[in-house]
Amino acid sequence: MKYTEEHEWLRVDGDIVVVGITEHAATQLGDIVFVELPDTGTEVEKDGEAVVIESVKAASDILSPLAGEIVEVNEALSENPALANEDPTGQGWFFKIKAADLSPMDGYMDEAAYKAMID
Amino acid sequence: MSELKHTPLHALHLELGAKMVPFAGYDMPVQYPLGVMKEHQHTRDKAGLFDVSHMGQIRVDGPDYKTIALGLEGLIPVDILGLPENRQRYGLFTNNAGGIEDDLMLANRGDHVFLVVNAACKDADIARLKSSLNKGLTVTPLPDRALLALQGPSSEAVLSTLDPSAAQMSFMDVATLSLGGVEAWVSRSGYTGEDGYEISVPSDQAESLARRLLDHPDVEPIGLGARDSLRLEAGLCLYGHDITAETTPVEAALTWAIQKIRRTGGDHEGGFPGADIILSQIGGTASRKRIGLKPEGRAPMREGVEIYVSERSETPIGSITSGGFGPTVGHPVAMGYVTADHTAPGTTLYGDLRGKRLPLTVTKLPFTPANFKR
Repeated sequence: MKYTEEHEWLRVDGDIVVVGITEHAATQLGDIVFVELPDTGTEVEKDGEAVVIESVKAASDILSPLAGEIVEVNEALSENPALANEDPTGQGWFFKIKAADLSPMDGYMDEAAYKAMID
Repeated sequence: MSELKHTPLHALHLELGAKMVPFAGYDMPVQYPLGVMKEHQHTRDKAGLFDVSHMGQIRVDGPDYKTIALGLEGLIPVDILGLPENRQRYGLFTNNAGGIEDDLMLANRGDHVFLVVNAACKDADIARLKSSLNKGLTVTPLPDRALLALQGPSSEAVLSTLDPSAAQMSFMDVATLSLGGVEAWVSRSGYTGEDGYEISVPSDQAESLARRLLDHPDVEPIGLGARDSLRLEAGLCLYGHDITAETTPVEAALTWAIQKIRRTGGDHEGGFPGADIILSQIGGTASRKRIGLKPEGRAPMREGVEIYVSERSETPIGSITSGGFGPTVGHPVAMGYVTADHTAPGTTLYGDLRGKRLPLTVTKLPFTPANFKR
């Protein structure tokens, strides 16, 4: 698992990367009430807006950590946005991206580095 | 940036694990570990304790109630003279353009009037009172008093454990109670749409009273996040957002707050700032009006979202002034202003959210029925 400074976790599965938000981010955002997912097939740029999430407090953007094609989104989140609070690293995942280039992954943090950042 | 002020309950908020945010110059709890959704629902189901000590508490004294009431009626377009002793009423400070300078609660305490005003407006309100009231009246800010709100259906049972006479009060009654030996000025009112009390006590007694109330199993501490979603579902205005110096009481759908006696033809007609504009709007039309809006999708629409009559129309007819998710109703809720010809409940309008036109339905306020003890 890798982590971004934007509090996303990234799990590589072959040439597909699964993206979600960390426990820390879910706690900081508070109760999530709405998630707007991209359409599958959408091409996104690295650091391009991929998802809009709304908590009881505010709207926030989730940026794509990689350039590529969105190949799957977690439809369960649209129906039950609270999944992102209850199980952010499991059932609360956001989208899967087929990355053209996985090399940016090397620049993201490992768990120890992420934990050091949020402490 | 100047140092944030602390209420007398600041240390208690930290001890309870609150997330603190700056609000109107104070470091205030936005939520506790329970979280906004559960805090909101707990208040609707049982009882929530809110620290609202940042609000301004002011007393106005004078030779007799009539003199005080008539003085205040020169600033506030409500019937203050006719307010019975130990009753409270909602009021507004207006300006010469008919706009709202602040909204407030005022109570007839026999020999004085007790006012509770918004935190962000309190300095201006005190200055306005001091400069506008005639010399026979004394304006005394009460910065050494804290204000707690106990809200929700269990409030009566909880407060009655400290003083059984709390149960005898009706909505908008005020009384001096002895709460565990603390002399408290209590009103049966609040900002959630639920039954409840607002409790003014000396600052040095606030923490012990708060702890006693929190000891009750039905009471949870509630932050500003849930306070906002509760008042929004209840259709209550937030000053600076839903009502401002640019909105009149008629536009704000607060005409009910101006009793007939202060309107055209009444015994105490006019005599407040902006009376000509406000009274002519009551008799005729305001060009825009505050309404409730229900976004039809799941996406909340917040302050600033522009409202259109159709998916393609070019000119907005208004905008949202408050919006968010309504935990009790389970869908987004909002209020805003639109031109007067689009205010009928059931009308479909469109909000422009991140470049997309999404439908909104004009909805009668409140979203959740009021639960007051009349």
